[in-house]
Amino acid sequence: MSVGLFILVSLVKIALVFFILLTAVAYTVWLERKVVGHMQNRWGPTRVGPFGLLQPAADGVKFLFKEDLTPPHVHKTLYIAAPMIAVMFALTSIAVIPFGNWVAIGDTIYTPLQITDVNIGLLVILGVTSLGVYGIALSGWSSNNKYSLLGGLRASAQMISYEISLGLSLVGVLILSGSFSLREIVQAQSGHFWGFIPKWNIFYGGQFVAFFVYLMAAYAETNRIPFDLPEAETELVAGYHTEYSAMKFAMFFMAEYANMVTVGCLATLLFLGGWSGPIFGPYILQVLLPVFWFVAKVFVFMFIYIWVRGTLPRFRYDQLMAFGWKFLLPVAIANVVITALIVALRS
Amino acid sequence: MPILKNIAAIAKGMSITFMEMFQPTEVENYPDGPGPLKGAKFQERFRGVHVLQRDENGLEKCVACFLCAANCPSNCIYIEAAENTAENRVSGAERYAKVYNIDYNRCIFCGYCVEACPTDAITHGHGFELATFNASNLVYRKEQMLAPMPAHMGANAVFNQAEVNQGAPAVPVQGV
Repeated sequence: MSVGLFILVSLVKIALVFFILLTAVAYTVWLERKVVGHMQNRWGPTRVGPFGLLQPAADGVKFLFKEDLTPPHVHKTLYIAAPMIAVMFALTSIAVIPFGNWVAIGDTIYTPLQITDVNIGLLVILGVTSLGVYGIALSGWSSNNKYSLLGGLRASAQMISYEISLGLSLVGVLILSGSFSLREIVQAQSGHFWGFIPKWNIFYGGQFVAFFVYLMAAYAETNRIPFDLPEAETELVAGYHTEYSAMKFAMFFMAEYANMVTVGCLATLLFLGGWSGPIFGPYILQVLLPVFWFVAKVFVFMFIYIWVRGTLPRFRYDQLMAFGWKFLLPVAIANVVITALIVALRS
Repeated sequence: MPILKNIAAIAKGMSITFMEMFQPTEVENYPDGPGPLKGAKFQERFRGVHVLQRDENGLEKCVACFLCAANCPSNCIYIEAAENTAENRVSGAERYAKVYNIDYNRCIFCGYCVEACPTDAITHGHGFELATFNASNLVYRKEQMLAPMPAHMGANAVFNQAEVNQGAPAVPVQGV
C-alpha cells in the first residue's frame, strides 16, 4: 500500500469513525431520555420526528443558536479552553479502539478496522482519558463560581481515587493476554471453552470480579450516576458546568457521553471478547458481523449505564471515598494477586 | 454479610426499574388527546376558573355581600353592587353584583372565596387554559364566568351536548 493510499484510507476511517461516534453520542442521549422516561412512567421525547428520533438534531440546532455567555470575572483563556480540552480528549481515545478484523478491499487496500493499531493502545486510552479531567477541573476553577469550584474539586478527587482501582482492575486482563495492544487482547480471547462458552475474560479468565471493579470505577470516571458528584444537581446547581451555555455546555455533554462510549468499548474489548461472535456468510458479512457484535456489546453497556441512572441514587461524598479506597482498591489488588498466582502456577 | 445484602438490594431495585420499563405509561396526552378537554383529566375538586352560579329560576345567586372579596388573600375580586328593582331583577335577594371582576393575574386559586360565599354563588369550575399574551385579558368579567341558564329554561344549546352524548363531561360554554 503506497503512502498516499495509506493516508487516504486513514482519513476515510477517521471521518467515518468520528461520524459514527458523534451520532452514537447524540442517540445515546435520545436513548437515555427514552429509557429513563419509560422507567419513570413517562414517554420521553415524542414530538420531534417519529418516536422523537429527530430530538438530537433539534437539540444540536438549539445549542448552536443559544447565546454564548461569558460571565464577568472568569479566567477567560481557561474558561474557553476547558470544554475544548474535555471534548478533545474524550474524542481522541476512540482513535486506538479496534472495531473488527483486518479488511481487504481489492488487492491494494488491506487495513484494520481501527484508526491506528498502537501496540500500547490500552495505555494510550488510560492516559488520554485521565487528561480529560483537566477540562472538568479547569472549568470548575476558571468559572469563578463556588458551585463550579466545588464540582471541579470533587471531580479531581474522584478521578484520582477511582483511577487507581480502574487501572488495577485491568492488570488481571493484561497478565492473561500478555499484551497492551487492544487487538492482541481481543485475539487472546478468541475460541471457545467446552465448545460453547466463549473464552472471554469475564468467563474463562476468571476476571468476573475485575469486570465489576472496572465497571464501578468507570462509572465514577465518567461522572455518571451514582457517582455524579461533580455535577450533583441537588447540591451544586450543575457543578463544574454551571456557568457554561450554548456550544460550550454541549461540549461537556458530548465529552461525558463520548467517555461513556469509550468505557463501553474498552469493557467490550477487555472483558467481553471485543468483536468475537458467530460469523458466517459471504465476505462482506464476515467483515460486518464482527462490527455488529462489537456494537451490540457496546450498546448493552450503554443500556446498563442508563438503567443504573434510572435506578440508583447518588452517593454521599464520604461514601464515595470510602467505597473507592476501602472496597474497590483492595478488591482490585486481590484480583491482581490471585490472577498472577494462577498464571504463575499454571506455567 | 452487608455487601451481599447491598448487592441484593441493588439487584431488586434494578429489577423494579427494568420491569417498569415495559409497563404501559400513564400519561395524559394533554394537548393531543381526544375530546373537548384534549386529553386532560380532572379530579372533581379541581379548582379552575370560577363559575358564578344561577338558582333554579335562572337568577344569579350572588347577592353582592362582598364576603368573597373580603376573604381573598390576593385581593383580586372587584365587585360593584346595585339594587334589584321590579323591572330589572337579576338576583333573588335585595342586591346583585353589577360588576364582578376576578383578576387572574393575581388569583392563586385558593378557594377561600368559594368557602366564604353564603349563597354558594361562586364556585370553582374546571377551566384552566388561561394563558394569554396580554395581561389585561386576564381580568375576567361577570359575563365570562356566569353559568348558563338552567336546562329547563331552554338553555340546552349552550351545553356541549354532542360531546356529552359521546361520554365527555358537560362543560358550560362561557359568557352566556
